Amino acid sequence: MSELKTTTVEVNGFPCRVWTKGSGPTLGFLAGLGGLPRWLPFLDELARTRTVIVPSLPGYPGGATGHSVLDTHLDWVLAVRQLLDKAGLAGADLIGASVGGAFAAEMAAIFPGQVRRLALLAPFGLFDEREPATDPWAQRRDAVAGLMCADPAKWEALVAPPDGANSVEWPIEMVRAAEAAARAFWPLGNTKLEKRLALIAAPTLLLWGDKDRVLPASYAAKFAAGIKGARIETVPGAGHLAYLDRPEAVAGAVLAHFQPG
Amino acid sequence: MKLMWFHLMPYTELPEDFNKKHPSVWVDIHSSLFDPRRAHHMYNDFMDELEYAAEVGFDAICVNEHHSNGYGLMPSPNLIASSLARRTTDTALCVMGNSLALYNPPTRVAEEFAMIDCISGGRLIAGFPVGSPMDTCYAYGQNPSLLRERYLEAHDLVKKAWTEKDTFAFSGRFNQQRYVNIWPRPIQNEPHPPIWIPGGGSVETWRWCAEMDYVYCYLSYYGYKAGLATMNGFWNEMEKLGKDRNPYRAGFLQFVGVAESRQQALDLYTEPAEYFYGRCLHVDARFALPPGYTTEATQRAGIEGMMTKAANLANPATKAALKATNMKDIVDGGYVIVGSPDEVVEQIRHVATSLNVGHLMLLLQYGNMSKDTTKYNTRLFAEKVMPRVKDLFGDWEDKWWPKPMARGQRAAVPSYRASVAAE
Repeated sequence: MSELKTTTVEVNGFPCRVWTKGSGPTLGFLAGLGGLPRWLPFLDELARTRTVIVPSLPGYPGGATGHSVLDTHLDWVLAVRQLLDKAGLAGADLIGASVGGAFAAEMAAIFPGQVRRLALLAPFGLFDEREPATDPWAQRRDAVAGLMCADPAKWEALVAPPDGANSVEWPIEMVRAAEAAARAFWPLGNTKLEKRLALIAAPTLLLWGDKDRVLPASYAAKFAAGIKGARIETVPGAGHLAYLDRPEAVAGAVLAHFQPG
Repeated sequence: MKLMWFHLMPYTELPEDFNKKHPSVWVDIHSSLFDPRRAHHMYNDFMDELEYAAEVGFDAICVNEHHSNGYGLMPSPNLIASSLARRTTDTALCVMGNSLALYNPPTRVAEEFAMIDCISGGRLIAGFPVGSPMDTCYAYGQNPSLLRERYLEAHDLVKKAWTEKDTFAFSGRFNQQRYVNIWPRPIQNEPHPPIWIPGGGSVETWRWCAEMDYVYCYLSYYGYKAGLATMNGFWNEMEKLGKDRNPYRAGFLQFVGVAESRQQALDLYTEPAEYFYGRCLHVDARFALPPGYTTEATQRAGIEGMMTKAANLANPATKAALKATNMKDIVDGGYVIVGSPDEVVEQIRHVATSLNVGHLMLLLQYGNMSKDTTKYNTRLFAEKVMPRVKDLFGDWEDKWWPKPMARGQRAAVPSYRASVAAE
């Protein structure tokens, strides 16, 4: 496994961090709510057999303030497309989780040549009034960790300031990640993705934590009904950010779906 | 100085156990608590009170906008202002204000404010708040990350709609209109009605007000002691920008309860004050801070919005630190000024001079205060306090006050006679 390499690409004039690690065929990962303030065990699992490329979405940790010029869903979709191209992910297998999952699905739908195979982990993008998703932006501070993960400590570990972190800037970066998600998905998470699901031709795996408290499990069926040939797998003991709760199980399911490489 | 009479229009019959049984006075307050037949009387009482304040000589009467809110029953302050325009004659009408990003297209605000200005003969003060998180992001579903940009663009559009003589096209980031040409146009057209900006304590807002030459208003529920740091910050910034200390650049909100004696004031105003600071500010903390609402510059400066503070009051973790929901703490904290006329005069003079504020907006009705008590408070203030504080800041010119048509040129509004309709 090669060492972790950090590079930067520009989207709309703003820098976006790109992490690369591992060897073997390339796969990309678009993270969920909170983004990636630090490297994860989940990414190490993937890097055992694959070259893992992880671009930061605009506004998320590593993605500076690129969200500030994205006003519409089209702006976001085109920014993500540029990001994938510049990160070297054109035509690669793609994993998208939570908010990143909605963009991964858009890529596969709008630019079918861009995504080889698709793994969606509790993606945003739909909303059902009869079974409303939880509002992630109307939570008391002490309720967020338990909403994001089955094991709240996993979320706390993600966002905890590392040694030497700037005590003013670190919390601002964490808020910025929430703002970037809100900018793209406020107020319901509904980007009308449903209309475009039928355009997805890439073989698609839908993964859902059985303890997801943000998006009801029934949303998996709605995605599967829209995407031809999509398969649903449940991740036991995992919350909304299942890659934090169950890194090995999620990586295993994704890698199996992406076989043979 | 100017003494302005402000009404929030709180629902006055929230139950005693409201805080125990309900998570929030705002956003998801339960409909079962709202009795429209009681609200009929509340609205009419409140409008009587505003008209009474005009009658006894306040310089302005003020209304504001809230949504899904148990302490603010004015989703549309413009409806109230238009009625007040017909029922008052010389008093300025301060609509504090319309949250610009909530109107689609924002030219709706230019039109309605122009209507109020025309009906009232040029008495409008046009307030443009960004709006609270609860009103804008939660009740109205606006994107917190785009709210300020939308607000600023809407402001540009409204101002241009008021001042541009010819039909124009507006191609903005968020608003696209091919034919902007509002009818009616405001009476106050040199260049437009006075614009006042209620805001929190952000440096960006202060700079913007200075640049645009608008009045900055700090509408805090926490009184002059808590407001001192913010107003000092404002005046320091004005000095840096080379602006004078004209106290009419600023507005400030203050709760007051005046009676014959301090004890009588405590007897009269304890219940309504505790109702307000207890029940009305019982806001669920989860609605206080949508991500992106507070700019990063403001986060860096460590400035907390007023409603965040209010929400924290409802949060058991911080309640111990900020527990001013009983009258002693409310008064000690300066949230509400109470006392005899002499004592109130002294305190008002202190508030005005220490904050250097020429536009004092007074809340003389709050919480579940009855109409009788409100009128008593209002009358006593007008008779015994106002004449002894009006002299303040006499050397300064208020360049931000409405300039109505001359009295003789304005329409005479006949009083309504029900018998005519019945005949």
